[in-house]
Amino acid sequence: MAFSFDLLFEAILFGILLGGFYAAVSLGLSVSFGLLDVPNVAHPAVLLLGAYAAFSLGHFGIDPILAGVLLMPLFFVAGALFYRIYYVVFERRGDSAAVNGLAFFFGLVFIIEVGLVIGYGVDQQSATAPYIGGSLELGDIRLPYRLLAAFSVALVMALALSVYLSHTFYGRAIKAVGQDEGALRLMGVDPVRVKQLAFGIATGVNALAGAVLLILAPVEPTMDRIYIGRTFCVVVLAGLGSMSGTLVAGLILGVAESIVLMFFGASWAPAVAFGLLMVMLGFRPQGLFGR
Amino acid sequence: MEIILKVDQVSKHFGGFTALNAVSLELKRGERLGLIGPNGSGKTTLINCISGALVNESGQIVFRGKSIGSLPAYQRTRLGIARSFQIPRPFRSMTVMENLLVPLSYVGGLSGKTADARAEEILSGMGLASKMDQGCNQLSQVELRKLELARAMAADPQLLISDEAMAGLAGTEIDEVLAILHSLNRKGITIIMIEHIMQAVMSFSERVVCLDAGQIICEGTPAEVVANPFVQRAYLGD
Amino acid sequence: MRFWIISAALWIGAVFLALSGANNYLFFAGFVVLQSIVLASAWNILGGYAGYVNFGVPAFIGAGAYAALTMHLSFGANVLVQIAAASVVTGLIGFLVGLLTVRLRGIFFSIATVALVFIFETLVMNSPFLGGATGMQLTRPESGGFFSSYMRMLVVVMTGLAVLAVATARYVQQSHIGRGLRAVRDSEEAAECSGVPTLRLKLLACALSGALLGAAGAPLPMYLSYIEPASTFNLLYAVSALAMPIIGGMSHWIGPVIGAILLSSLQQIVTVTISSELNVLVVGLLLVVFVVVAPEGIVGLVKRWKSSSR
Repeated sequence: MAFSFDLLFEAILFGILLGGFYAAVSLGLSVSFGLLDVPNVAHPAVLLLGAYAAFSLGHFGIDPILAGVLLMPLFFVAGALFYRIYYVVFERRGDSAAVNGLAFFFGLVFIIEVGLVIGYGVDQQSATAPYIGGSLELGDIRLPYRLLAAFSVALVMALALSVYLSHTFYGRAIKAVGQDEGALRLMGVDPVRVKQLAFGIATGVNALAGAVLLILAPVEPTMDRIYIGRTFCVVVLAGLGSMSGTLVAGLILGVAESIVLMFFGASWAPAVAFGLLMVMLGFRPQGLFGR
Repeated sequence: MEIILKVDQVSKHFGGFTALNAVSLELKRGERLGLIGPNGSGKTTLINCISGALVNESGQIVFRGKSIGSLPAYQRTRLGIARSFQIPRPFRSMTVMENLLVPLSYVGGLSGKTADARAEEILSGMGLASKMDQGCNQLSQVELRKLELARAMAADPQLLISDEAMAGLAGTEIDEVLAILHSLNRKGITIIMIEHIMQAVMSFSERVVCLDAGQIICEGTPAEVVANPFVQRAYLGD
Repeated sequence: MRFWIISAALWIGAVFLALSGANNYLFFAGFVVLQSIVLASAWNILGGYAGYVNFGVPAFIGAGAYAALTMHLSFGANVLVQIAAASVVTGLIGFLVGLLTVRLRGIFFSIATVALVFIFETLVMNSPFLGGATGMQLTRPESGGFFSSYMRMLVVVMTGLAVLAVATARYVQQSHIGRGLRAVRDSEEAAECSGVPTLRLKLLACALSGALLGAAGAPLPMYLSYIEPASTFNLLYAVSALAMPIIGGMSHWIGPVIGAILLSSLQQIVTVTISSELNVLVVGLLLVVFVVVAPEGIVGLVKRWKSSSR
């Protein structure tokens, strides 16, 4: 495609909105992998689960975003329970649990993915809502409403989570638990319960993020694989454990992908996330804002 | 007397933090050197730079006349530098004997019955022969420390760095480990000992170096170093 | 010595079976079981011995299959040459992925292997020479040398490959290489300080594992008489390659063999009776159950049973 500044501008604008979305879907991983160091490769699969759950609720006439909000407490509880099991089985065992932990999460990815295929089929499913379909027109540029909706929700989520983690007691405990369990114990706080809370939040956030995914594009069961690349790219780019960094990193990925999509075509866009991830790991593994 | 190790103006930074600031040090073959200093003074960083676990940013490290700064850790081990770890890191999936077979084969090139015999010999010298075929999870603290030293010995070193091998041990156990280190030194092995247990360091060392905030603040005989006001201030504060 | 006698006997047995009038279905099923043995053993060299979990096995199988296809289309090469070429290609790929990621934490190696699947699938889709997205039909040669059909010859070749893969895993495990890898897995720092060239060993494991995975994929185009990206780069390979060594037991070379035979037999039954998606689900569930309940696999269970009955 011929280069022009207009196209570049459009790509960047599109990329910023997309990037906000990428930040939203990576927030949960920033907590579970960034702060808690859980090798949660199943995060994108759970994201997809949230999307499909919102889709099913759509059959009852429930708006996707509302569905996402309704699903959050359910996912929160599931996540907290899940972490308890994970902790008992893996974190207490130590030694060669690393391979087993990874294998466990990948097993879950397979189960979720194939479960979705069995339940919903391999074809794409999409949601319907008043803001899906139309676009906002700014001069020559058309910004799809669903992208704006996704970006807005993403922004609210990121800010809310960031505020929670910085300004509440348990939020700060979550930030601390990855670095200094001992200090928390001394304060009379049980680190395991804090981690449970954190994982629950990460999963709950994922539910809403999944609903946003559904708004943005049709979903199909194998989508979780490309999102492994995108979410880990954002989390590593941000620097493990940095929430504000996640937003910036999401924007960078969004813009990069958007530019590649515009000028090199759709088949190369997925490579951006994986490529950026590898480059970061090679040159600056602590990320942009890493601790 | 041959200089076996020469550390020349070695510096190491972690981000904005300077862990080592142009540290220089010479070690004679067969010497017993004590390395002391408060927590965070750079002792472990220094031996990590010597053993190759870390790479120093400036300065030179010369071992047996050869500059080793660019060599990966495993090659430095093959040249004759061995170390034990502050928190023991045994190979937990292997028995005590198999732990020793690793350096015996990778450094010494031994295998089969020769390797087995040598491993038994080393373990007997440490009093661990009876635990030869046991897993590491069944060893006590002092036995784990001895295994660390045994494994370092299996690498047939000329320089042995003992990193707080006695931390957390009780009276007689400390004496056991000290005795082992003495006997190794009598065989000609140069030893750097990092310890917080002052009595042990002072009785064992011929020469003591004190680090504080990444720099050497004092060097001399044990008696000289202990009496030095800078050393006292580093440990006790003003 | 006993190992080699048994292996030789198995291979000769396969030859006789192939020369006999046995049912054709036996050979189709046998091929799958043998291929599973190669995949599981190859995966375990890197996963069980070195501790690096490869989630992109389909990429290696696919690369091997398409490399073999290229050799066939461009040079009319026979299956042995195809396998050799495929192994070189995938061994190199394994080595490169390792070079990029083994200095980092294990999870990043795993993510890199996921990326590989994307990259290769995209490459194949955009290569009309290789059949692109729609794939390609192939005609199997009429004869298979001494054997009445090409299929039977493939099974004999596959048996040889299975012996090779298991022998390699056994050699790695029993040699000082195996001990070095275990040392690296247990404590990389202590291993380096014990003279173990950790990076070199990890890269060796990556290359060896990759090469064998590609070798397993090479005969695939001829076995199926067609090739297309969707079925080559598929999920079942990915989950099975993980499940078989974990269920069988990762610490010993016999574990992947046990896991492969059990799982591929089970899969033949499930696919015949129900659907292929359910296949993946069952394997995935078994994988998770074993990781949680019996992480040392069947080999581990047998060891524990033996030592408790003393």
